[in-house]
Amino acid sequence: MNKILIIIQREYLSRVKKKSFLLLTFLTPILIAGIYAFMIWMMMKDDTEKRTIGVINESELVSPVESKDFTTFEYLENTSFDEAKKMLDTKGYYALLKIPKDILESQSTELFSFKQVTIEVKSEVGSQIRNHIETIKRSKIIAEANMPDLEQKLAATKTPISVKTIKFGDDGEIKQSSTEIAMGLGFAMSFIIYMFIFMYGVQVMRGVIEEKSNRIIEVIISSVKPFQLMMGKIVGVAMVGLTQFLMWVILSGAIIMIGSAIFLPGLDASSIQQASSISQLPSTGQAMNQAQLNMMQDVLGTFDMAYIMSILGGFIFFFLAGYLLYSALFAAVGSAVDNETETQQFMLPISLPLVLALYIGMAAAKNPEGAIAFWGSIIPLTSPIVMLVRIPFGVPLWELLLSMGLLVASFIFVTWVAAKIYRTGILMYGKKVSYKEIWKWLRYHR
Amino acid sequence: MMFFEAKNIVKQYAGHTALKGVSISVSEGSIFGLLGPNGAGKTTLIRIINQITGPDSGEVFFNGEPLKAEHVHHIGYLPEERGLYKKMKVGEQSIYLAQLKGMSKQDATAKLQAWFKKFDILEWWDKKVEELSKGMAQKIQFITTILHEPKLLIFDEPFSGFDPINANLLKKEILELRDKGCTIIFSTHNMASVEEICDHIALIHKSEKILDGSFEDIKKEYRTNTYNVSFTGDQEKLKANLSSDIEILEHQSGKEFESLRLKLNNGTSSNDLLNQILPHVEIVSFNEIIPSMNDIFIRVVNEKNLSLDFE
Repeated sequence: MNKILIIIQREYLSRVKKKSFLLLTFLTPILIAGIYAFMIWMMMKDDTEKRTIGVINESELVSPVESKDFTTFEYLENTSFDEAKKMLDTKGYYALLKIPKDILESQSTELFSFKQVTIEVKSEVGSQIRNHIETIKRSKIIAEANMPDLEQKLAATKTPISVKTIKFGDDGEIKQSSTEIAMGLGFAMSFIIYMFIFMYGVQVMRGVIEEKSNRIIEVIISSVKPFQLMMGKIVGVAMVGLTQFLMWVILSGAIIMIGSAIFLPGLDASSIQQASSISQLPSTGQAMNQAQLNMMQDVLGTFDMAYIMSILGGFIFFFLAGYLLYSALFAAVGSAVDNETETQQFMLPISLPLVLALYIGMAAAKNPEGAIAFWGSIIPLTSPIVMLVRIPFGVPLWELLLSMGLLVASFIFVTWVAAKIYRTGILMYGKKVSYKEIWKWLRYHR
Repeated sequence: MMFFEAKNIVKQYAGHTALKGVSISVSEGSIFGLLGPNGAGKTTLIRIINQITGPDSGEVFFNGEPLKAEHVHHIGYLPEERGLYKKMKVGEQSIYLAQLKGMSKQDATAKLQAWFKKFDILEWWDKKVEELSKGMAQKIQFITTILHEPKLLIFDEPFSGFDPINANLLKKEILELRDKGCTIIFSTHNMASVEEICDHIALIHKSEKILDGSFEDIKKEYRTNTYNVSFTGDQEKLKANLSSDIEILEHQSGKEFESLRLKLNNGTSSNDLLNQILPHVEIVSFNEIIPSMNDIFIRVVNEKNLSLDFE
């Protein structure tokens, strides 16, 4: 068997068999599914707490707030503020609403309580009073204008517009596309790459440090070339990462499917859509519904096979190339130090472009054709992340090829440099290494 | 026939030269001692033999052929800095290391089982290395070094870190391997630890070879004609009757007997000396003082006017 395969096998198996790997692999999807379940449960669950609010109405408005659902309003006639305040205790009022005399002018009212009132109560009070005043004003205007059907006419002027985005394909064919999906997809993919590079790059680095501090390194490189060992480790760890990632996708999918089948029977896309549109502003519910329906159509129209393949292909390429580029650097850092605490000075130049890339990626999601997005997706250290944000929006072929070519070239160059550092570094013990020292290593010929 | 040769090896690192044209020749089936203080360049030479690093100039021959990558399968190397993966099981790890030396999994497993049986450590097979004591781990390291039946075995500071029992076991196994035809190179700064088992010795000092020869030749060349005599009787009388060619270097009075360190000059033989002593005192012991490799090293350095301070 090829020695590099033997090394990959060991690197892979020794990590996959670890308890921490199994724990992380199986617990994370359960945790994610749990969080989702909790969020859905929170959203579905209505606020059923019964609350009574005392109202001191000093204005001339006639019952501007009315009891609704679980919130009851009690009007306190001929009660001073101080007496009312005591009632918070004696009558168990949740809060005290004081509507001032000049509410029409000041457009503000006060809600007193011992505890911070919930957002629902606050917005309920606000919207009730607002609706009440608006209705009064509107009927006054209608009366002044002397047009009985004015209200209907005004209502008819509401026109929500949905903008369908359609791209011209290379062959002149038109394709429906969704900006929202492109943004979400691009950003999600680039974030996954960012996480992956960091998590598994550090694993490569730790592996190198482990071999150094175990003092096994010299035994091994008397049997294999340092480059074989380095590449074997990088590839082995990448496979561990891919395994974990795949397991997460499969497990989370399975858990969500099983979970929703058990706990939320009859829940499908349309009912979710309904639920979410109802929770939006009730007055414009119908219009929103229409807009969302259009968006759903956009989304479905976006997912044709070619689009999916281009995104998937881009993801796999930039995912692997980006990881390989950075993990070679992480391996070089690991070889230069004796223990993990010493890695910090060398970590900065690696993590800086990565973090920068994430920010450029955010900018690119807003303006995928901008100069920052362009250069960020061409320069190799940031391109794996930034280009992935741009790909769902469609990138000219020459830019894509340029970016890929540069990434591959720099991967080869960086690996060559890293291998040189690695080769010397792994045999250096007990020496505080500086950048100057590393520069010297680069010039050794073997 | 020379089994291994290195000719005019030069190796420079930025700022200093690790080897300045060092040559060594190791004949087949012999034990070669590469001796010298720390920092002399021994480990660099050994890393070149193991192809961990390459020489700037010079040639290396293995069994008559220029050294190439496949030769690592015929070399066993126990480095000074040695260790094992702590989290891996002993058996698994030994198989892995053997596979890297080009052995098949089946072959490695069978041979490992045999060695583990020989050392009576078969029950460690499924233990993790971190559960083993240091001495136990050293046994595993030794087995993995020799498992692939290398023709050339290289030990860098072999006895440092070994307890006396393991060191003796190691010595015994190494001599057995030599008898089976293995060629062995020892590298150490602790000259006393290997001198009695080396057939041939090279002294390295400050990146240069300063002495090279068979163990016996060197000892013969550097013998000092110094003898130690222990006796009971009148030492004044003895001293008065010794000829002028016998130089008294040191006198020690012990509880039970007296000792004299004597140097014989102008061709005086040990028999001459005995003849002069016998009539006057009763001899308890009589022996030649043979210089240790350490003494020889210091003498060579002084003779060549080299400085002794080590980096």
